[in-house]
Amino acid sequence: MTISIDPQKTNNESLQPKGWLRYFSFSLDHKVIGIQYLVCGFLFYLIGGTLASAIRIELASPMSDFMPRDVYNQVLTLHGTIMIFLWIVPVVNGAFGNYLIPFYVGARDMAFPRLNAVAFWLIPPSGLMLVASYFVEGAAQAGWTAYPPLSITTPQSGQIIWILSVLLLGGSSIFGGINFIATIIKLRRPGLKLMQLPMYCWAMLGTSLLVVLSTPVLAGTLILLSFDIIANTGFFNPVLGGNVVVYQHLFWFYSHPAVYIMVLPAFGLVSEILPVHARKPLFGYTTMVFSIMGIVVLGLVVWAHHMFTSGTPPWMRLFFTIATAFIAVPTGIKFFNWVATLWGGKISINSAMLFSCGFIINFVFGGITGVALAQVPFDIHVHDTYFVVAHFHYIVYGGTVFIIFSSIYHWFPKVTGKMLNEKLGILHFIITFIGFNLCFAPQHWLGLNGMPRRVAEYDPQFQFVNQISSLGALLMAISTIPFLINVFLSVRNGKDAGDNPWNALTPEWLTSSPPPVENWEGEAPLVEEPYGYGKEFSEQK
Amino acid sequence: MLNKNIYLILIISLVFAISFWIGFNVNLLPAGASINAPIYDELFKILFIIGLIIFIGMTIAVIYSLIKFRKRNDQIGDGIALEGNLSLEIVWTIIPSIIVLLIGLYSYNIYDRMGGMKELNHNHEMMASNTEKIWAGISQNSGNELAINNLSIEVSAMQFAFLFNYPKGNFISGELHVPVDKKVSMKMESKDVIHAFWVPEFRIKQDIIPGQPTILNFTPTKVGKYPIICAELCGPYHGGMRASIIVEEESDYNEWFNKNKKPEVNL
Repeated sequence: MTISIDPQKTNNESLQPKGWLRYFSFSLDHKVIGIQYLVCGFLFYLIGGTLASAIRIELASPMSDFMPRDVYNQVLTLHGTIMIFLWIVPVVNGAFGNYLIPFYVGARDMAFPRLNAVAFWLIPPSGLMLVASYFVEGAAQAGWTAYPPLSITTPQSGQIIWILSVLLLGGSSIFGGINFIATIIKLRRPGLKLMQLPMYCWAMLGTSLLVVLSTPVLAGTLILLSFDIIANTGFFNPVLGGNVVVYQHLFWFYSHPAVYIMVLPAFGLVSEILPVHARKPLFGYTTMVFSIMGIVVLGLVVWAHHMFTSGTPPWMRLFFTIATAFIAVPTGIKFFNWVATLWGGKISINSAMLFSCGFIINFVFGGITGVALAQVPFDIHVHDTYFVVAHFHYIVYGGTVFIIFSSIYHWFPKVTGKMLNEKLGILHFIITFIGFNLCFAPQHWLGLNGMPRRVAEYDPQFQFVNQISSLGALLMAISTIPFLINVFLSVRNGKDAGDNPWNALTPEWLTSSPPPVENWEGEAPLVEEPYGYGKEFSEQK
Repeated sequence: MLNKNIYLILIISLVFAISFWIGFNVNLLPAGASINAPIYDELFKILFIIGLIIFIGMTIAVIYSLIKFRKRNDQIGDGIALEGNLSLEIVWTIIPSIIVLLIGLYSYNIYDRMGGMKELNHNHEMMASNTEKIWAGISQNSGNELAINNLSIEVSAMQFAFLFNYPKGNFISGELHVPVDKKVSMKMESKDVIHAFWVPEFRIKQDIIPGQPTILNFTPTKVGKYPIICAELCGPYHGGMRASIIVEEESDYNEWFNKNKKPEVNL
């Protein structure tokens, strides 16, 4: 007996699971996939955060006394890998990209809905595999950078599972990137010009170019590394004539652009949030577009600044110093434009706005230490110290994670039709902002004064400052409690949001909340001025 | 209008004053003990002051906007429909470009003064052959010294220790002893995984790489005992991989050296 399914009926709504079950199905709806990315990413954020807490508990005392030393290295490796590949990259790209991009281009779904679902469903198994590798023979313990020969000499099963998992996640990321490029270029509704797109589309276009250009390099590198581990080849194994510095070049050719894969979408999201709550057009749209593309181009030619102490020739150090420092120019333009967007507005001080402003302050700080780190003579002293740890947490946590929270406060009413509680939201912001700065600001001093990164034990003179940092980490952990309470309470009994609680002009707000499966009841609206605050909107009133 | 400009100038001067005051009075660095250290500290001070000006300025701008332009309860409607300002955009493209370029040139100058741009010249008697590939570290070269006067040391790193070989005395030590004010030239190689040689008080760091020797030159300027720290994740005991460098007067150093020196075997 054969079971035949009418191909026309597979997409029929009546066959698709309804309600909560939609999120546990191979749904092709970009909105469902976006939420799947977000919730899955957040669960991994909780795991990664637990690991971070374990690190800060270990570092509350100068001796290695909380966990065995090799477990500590596994914890820091998993913390880095989970936070990058399972939380930040999938959420700022996959979650918000899938939810918003089809709205912004006026489409009913992504260009390749099935590829989209595949891209998401690669994430949970690879993430679970990564976490489960701890119970096999111990997880990978060579750091998220997996530098050989350390990654070749540590227990093999953990390292191989780590490689497989990162390869799957990289594949998911490439599928997503191709999908975003195709959707933004080809699925725009008739009449919508590129320079009328909301800024997040430009950010995702730039990010997806970086994903498609650089992720395959990481994949190739990790495959060669896995050959070295399981087949005794000698690509990176010095005993067999391999070259360990070549690995570093290949690795950072992906992993520096990866930083922009994590922050460019956040730049896009904040460009959507600020104009709405400041009731002003986004300042300098055209320069914002060019600065995104400038960051994409420069981001591809700065990778060796991670290797200033690896033994590189002087001319190379000089080139990468100048190239890296120049990224500050397009990035700076964006920040000046955001402040100019706030200037003269009618700003609603709410959770979304506070997290966005927190982002500006934290990221400016991280950007300044970034320009300093780009200078070879400066970097030589602080490379591989807590100064670097502090710097990149200011970028990825103080920057991107603040924007993820800001975006959740901003788009929650669209997704659920309910408002989040503002008091709990502001409490969440205050605890996060204080905890974050308390945790990471003192780490700059630790690095300058002689504490290397990735250590389980340290000189007792650093104990007090480490305890301040651990206290900050505790506050960060506590800050998720009001957030989770807020989300669970608001989903059930939140205030009704209506279709457009912020009176926003971007296309996702010009439909019901939550939106119908086809995004709009009728034809997609043509939004020529997504930031036309102050003129069109007042005329409409 | 005039009043507004006066306030703006006042605030900007205040930001500059505070930044310079903090830059000159807050010391975030450990004591310096090599000829690299004061050069490094000079760069640090400049970057610190510029960074403070930008950070304090931006923070004030954000907080001021939030307070001054907050929506009052009785207000409805939007802010002004200002979509951009080309001259402002040009200003904040060109000024940061100039600042970044100047910082880059200045740090090039600093790096050159540290000796980083000079050809590495490791006059090592025991070097295997000229074809051996040497990778660059900081080459501290003050020029007037004769290379012969350099103290040459071979460093080998392994999980989880540093060993210092003094070829002239034919002995190996676990502690690095060097005379003060004399150039030290180290050839470093790892036996297993990547390590790094870092002395925070000297402001120098160089990875120690298996299969590729690296060179690090420095000149200590202060007598004392300083930590040598491995800065590259090298395994479970990475945090415990430390050694000491003891900078001493030439006479003390010679005494230590002669005590450890192995007698030459005459054949």
